[in-house]
Amino acid sequence: MKLLALAIQDKTCTTVLMVLAAVTVIIPLCNLITPVDSPLHFSAYTVSLIGKYLTFALLGLSLDLVWGYCGILALGHGAFFTLGGYAMGMYLMRQIGTRGVYSDPILPDFMVFLNWKELPWYWYGFDNFGFALLMVILAPGILAFVFGWLAFRSRVTGVYLSIITQALTYALLLAFFRNEMGFGGNNGLTDFKDILGFNIQSEAVRSVLFFLSGLALITAFLLCRWIVSTKLGRVVTAIRDQESRVRFLGYRVEMFKLWIFVFAAMLAGIAGALYVPQVGIINPSEFSPLTSLEIVIWVAMGGRGTLYGAIIGAVVVNYSKTVLTGLLPDAWLYILGGLFIVVTLLLPDGIVGLLQRKIRGQSA
Amino acid sequence: MNPFAENVLDRKGKHGTGALLVEGALDTRHGPILYLEDVSVSFDGFKALDNLSLYIDEGELRCLIGPNGAGKTTLMDVITGKTRPDTGSVFFGQTIDLLQMDEPAIAQAGICRKFQKPSVFDALSVFENLELALKTDKSTWKTLFFRLTAEQRDRIDDVLVTIGLTACARQRAGILSHGQKQWLEIGMLLMQEPKVMLVDEPIAGMTHQEVERTAELLLSLQGKHSIVVVEHDMEFVRSIARKVTVLHEGSVLTEGTMDEVQNDPRVIQVYLGG
Repeated sequence: MKLLALAIQDKTCTTVLMVLAAVTVIIPLCNLITPVDSPLHFSAYTVSLIGKYLTFALLGLSLDLVWGYCGILALGHGAFFTLGGYAMGMYLMRQIGTRGVYSDPILPDFMVFLNWKELPWYWYGFDNFGFALLMVILAPGILAFVFGWLAFRSRVTGVYLSIITQALTYALLLAFFRNEMGFGGNNGLTDFKDILGFNIQSEAVRSVLFFLSGLALITAFLLCRWIVSTKLGRVVTAIRDQESRVRFLGYRVEMFKLWIFVFAAMLAGIAGALYVPQVGIINPSEFSPLTSLEIVIWVAMGGRGTLYGAIIGAVVVNYSKTVLTGLLPDAWLYILGGLFIVVTLLLPDGIVGLLQRKIRGQSA
Repeated sequence: MNPFAENVLDRKGKHGTGALLVEGALDTRHGPILYLEDVSVSFDGFKALDNLSLYIDEGELRCLIGPNGAGKTTLMDVITGKTRPDTGSVFFGQTIDLLQMDEPAIAQAGICRKFQKPSVFDALSVFENLELALKTDKSTWKTLFFRLTAEQRDRIDDVLVTIGLTACARQRAGILSHGQKQWLEIGMLLMQEPKVMLVDEPIAGMTHQEVERTAELLLSLQGKHSIVVVEHDMEFVRSIARKVTVLHEGSVLTEGTMDEVQNDPRVIQVYLGG
């Protein structure tokens, strides 16, 4: 309730929340209730697509906390998303059971194909949904903790930090590409059948996943709003603007950065876990540095340091990507690069900044 | 090993005449609150501090003057943990070795600093700037769930009155004038309830009236806090200082009252060139 009260103080924030809530409830409902030929019925494709946008919005939101508020330009944020996705993917692989091509009750197909006899130790426990959920949060959290602990304590900042975050995600990309790693190599994890015993392809499951994505996004948004409104949020903003001054006030800057970084990594992991069952695959390409750069562009495009900007940016850029890759498949990277230049030069506060200026201009 | 030291320990043990040493507690029974002994710092061969020794007494208001490059700011960097000296020792009271501590630890121990360039957080309000400085548990979780008590709110209001910014409490610090930012930073020092205040060029960019009020404020604080002021404005230094230390080329040239110092031929030579 307190979270809601806090969020409603800001008009834009309320609007974004209401739109999100409406989308979260109406789309799955329409899908389940209306007949297939009704104009209100969304195709399975559309539901998955918008569901995917919602998980991207959650990912963008988590990056905005790190970049927009704490000033850490993390260019490897996709790594945490992908790790969360793999944790969910591992659970979904174990759910396949004997329905795989090789019908092995324990080993996923790719392991049988590699002639492995036993399940590697790090696949233990993933047949349990609760354990998998725990790993969705813990795996990115622990990676962020170790990485952040080393980087922030050594006071690596600015461009150098950005570069090593890129290196981190690139290293994971190369590692997960290897078949010997036991994560399906190049092909990743796919061919999922069930989630908690329900057919993952069914309309109902898709609608539920969509609803959960929306719910996760709204909850995370409120939580992030709360965090930035606390004293910790103000310390973090102060670190962004004058890091050394904060130290002289007696705050352990590295611990605050670590806190935000780990929290954001966990959110990204949850986003990844919601993404995988909706798109039906997770592979190492999600670790590519380019994917992480795209997240930065969403946030920059939407307007960083506002939280809702990240959500708007993620949806707008990804919708454009869907449309434009359909029209001009080869041009997307150029358009993305162009967008980034335009935003950097003309719209330093992103779409949100532009809208606010418009609104202020009208009211003045 | 120093045989005398051993002897002292011995006597304490046998007769119990020595005072109890509490680890980490500030011990100023011998007078000085800051001890800097034989401190040297060099940057790429340039000696910013050269065997400098300096003692600041508890409750004292000390002014540091000296021409550019005399090592005033480096000295503050050493005390606050920003720069590690190549040699020498820096103690806070008798027992706290500042060279073993990092910036947050030193700040929490009670040594606080105002920077030469006003360093307030532009994105936050004046009130929030003071709230951040407030002396309290500054760990992450405690900070996340922090709520101002009525007492703490009063404390902030008091400081707002002291620094004359009550009317702008809700304004963003970024829009304050240069002089007001200086005052806000002094207010942030006060919020930390420091034992030692290091104040680097407090009156730069202030109007004549503001300078007078700053002098009054600093004078009213001496005794309660030990204050070290670095300033170029001699008139201002004269108006507040009891004791002045002149730095030159990284070491102490002379110490004394303003009159003594100003009539010292070495000081005249340093300032006017020989």
